[in-house]
Amino acid sequence: MTRNVLVLAEHDGKQIAESTYELIGAARGLAAAMGGQAEVALLGPRDLAGQLGGADVVVSVEHQALAQYLPQACELALLAVLAQRSPRLVLMSSATPGLDLGAAISVHWQAPLAPNVAAIEVAGDTIVATAQILGGKILAELELPGERAVATVTGGAFPAAAGRGEGPPEVVEIAPPAGLDDLAMSLAAVSEPQGGDVDITTAELLVSVGRGIESQDNVELVQELGDVLGVPLSASRPVVDAGWLPKSRQVGKSGLKVKPKAYLAFGISGAPEHLEGMRDAELIIACNTDATAPIFDIAHYGTTVDLFDLVPALTEKLSQ
Amino acid sequence: MRIVVPIKAVPDLVEEIELTSDETDIDREFLKFVVSEWDAQALEEALLVKDACGAEVVAVGLASDPDIDQALYTAIAKGADAAVRLTGGAADSVLTSDRAALLAGYLATEPADLVITGVQASDDLDGQLPPMLAAYLRQPHVSVVVGVVATADGVTVRQEFAGGRVHELAVRLPAVVGIQAARQAPRYAPITRIRQAMQAGGVREVAAEPAPAGQAPAVRRMYRPEQTSHAQMLTGSADDVAEAIAGLLRDRGLVKG
Ligand SMILES: Cc1cc2nc3c(=O)[nH]c(=O)nc-3n(C[C@H](O)[C@H](O)[C@H](O)COP(=O)(O)OP(=O)(O)OC[C@H]3O[C@@H](n4cnc5c(N)ncnc54)[C@H](O)[C@@H]3O)c2cc1C
Repeated sequence: MTRNVLVLAEHDGKQIAESTYELIGAARGLAAAMGGQAEVALLGPRDLAGQLGGADVVVSVEHQALAQYLPQACELALLAVLAQRSPRLVLMSSATPGLDLGAAISVHWQAPLAPNVAAIEVAGDTIVATAQILGGKILAELELPGERAVATVTGGAFPAAAGRGEGPPEVVEIAPPAGLDDLAMSLAAVSEPQGGDVDITTAELLVSVGRGIESQDNVELVQELGDVLGVPLSASRPVVDAGWLPKSRQVGKSGLKVKPKAYLAFGISGAPEHLEGMRDAELIIACNTDATAPIFDIAHYGTTVDLFDLVPALTEKLSQ
Repeated sequence: MRIVVPIKAVPDLVEEIELTSDETDIDREFLKFVVSEWDAQALEEALLVKDACGAEVVAVGLASDPDIDQALYTAIAKGADAAVRLTGGAADSVLTSDRAALLAGYLATEPADLVITGVQASDDLDGQLPPMLAAYLRQPHVSVVVGVVATADGVTVRQEFAGGRVHELAVRLPAVVGIQAARQAPRYAPITRIRQAMQAGGVREVAAEPAPAGQAPAVRRMYRPEQTSHAQMLTGSADDVAEAIAGLLRDRGLVKG
């Protein structure tokens, strides 16, 4: 075992994802506390190492099957990296790669995993990770004792600036494991999201609607408010999954990141995946009948008035 | 093709969540439980595969989950061909690793070509089920999936990334898939059909021998997020609150007038 912290780099074949810098920043802090170094596993094009100057060491595995994220290929390659580098802790983002690989790595590498981690610290020989559970309503402090552990980290939990760095890092090359030539899966196509009718990322004001709206017909009610204000509707994921609004309106981890001057949230609980997309709005006003909804922890103003009463009242006030 | 859909009952997040007196777990005694929303999406996607190519869909729940029979009969009412209630293992464990180990034990005796289950559960403490189960089964897996289509030599799955980018993957079976969202909203089962399914009693109980479970973290404590930055609450009638919000928007020049 070492005292190192290893970050799984996330990329689309061309660019390192923002979340990776957040993790490198966290890894540097933790590694310093343990007396180790911050390493990054770069599975894929080696020339991306130039973007990883914030790491002490980049451990690179290059293979055709790793050109873009492919679950089985990345799992095999990451296990090969872990076998050689023996870090104390592995950090992955709790976006697709972490959700996809984290728990499998935990089993194969025989290390406990803490999911949806919002904070993490070293306490003597133990690592203590704070996981968000139950849609962010409860925090669980999890102990990761022993020689090795895995944590998947929520987006936005650490500042990305702390993980950026100048200059090329030291690159250690690891031979691709043999299994990469005989995989049970292959990448057939990549599709980028379709541009929508409106661009919610440039709006100064957003009226956003969540599952509390209950039905497609009711969306019309909030649309009237949007119309009076002359702004587009945005939404949480369930509203989009139900087909009530197009994907281009989705705010959050798997949707768009928005930073309007004001964000009005109606019937949105404030799950971590939603907050990831809107926490930087200058003013957040939330309407939710559940006084314990996590959205109130980041909103500037809140109300527990029923949205079906509030929205028509607000529409009327603003159309006067 | 035999598709197994593991289903989990999770606390209804609309309810107030209380902690146990030692504050290392949530108090389940008075909680209402519902089917994990991602498992409901997984069942829908499995039924869509069945609709398209005639697969056999088997819903599987753990006997220790609250109200699991209701969930299993609902699955049958929606179109699942069979349902299984599993017993055995660390029955009252809340860990995903124990759940995965029991399911792996079951699947060793009644194998599936494809396991389709929710990408996560809201109360996961030690990782998500799909990759963990796949690791125990030593099968390939793909998670955060938004569509599964059967092909001549396996399945094509659509895996979603941040921002909505999608990878289309060709996957050989057997495999485990974690569903983020089905291609359409989960179908509705009329209460009369759920009752019929209950009367027919089609849920089979199977005692499974769990696979050896992996490691899990220890819970030091649980707590509610500190409310230091809690919102300033606007109270009064809907009209009062509307007035206050209109004022906030006007102050910032975001509405005319
Ligand atoms: C990999 C992954 C990616 C994800 N990406 C995203 C993403 O990009 N964006 C996203 O939003 N989610 C995302 N999610 C889903 C996320 O976990 C939550 O499930 C989702 O954000 C919940 O949406 P919601 O708040 O609208 O619904 P719920 O959590 O169901 O909340 C509805 C709220 O409405 C309130 N309510 C009900 N009736 C009323 C009323 N009459 N008046 C006022 N309030 C009312 C309720 O109290 C409740 O708090 C993702 C999940 C995963 C696993």
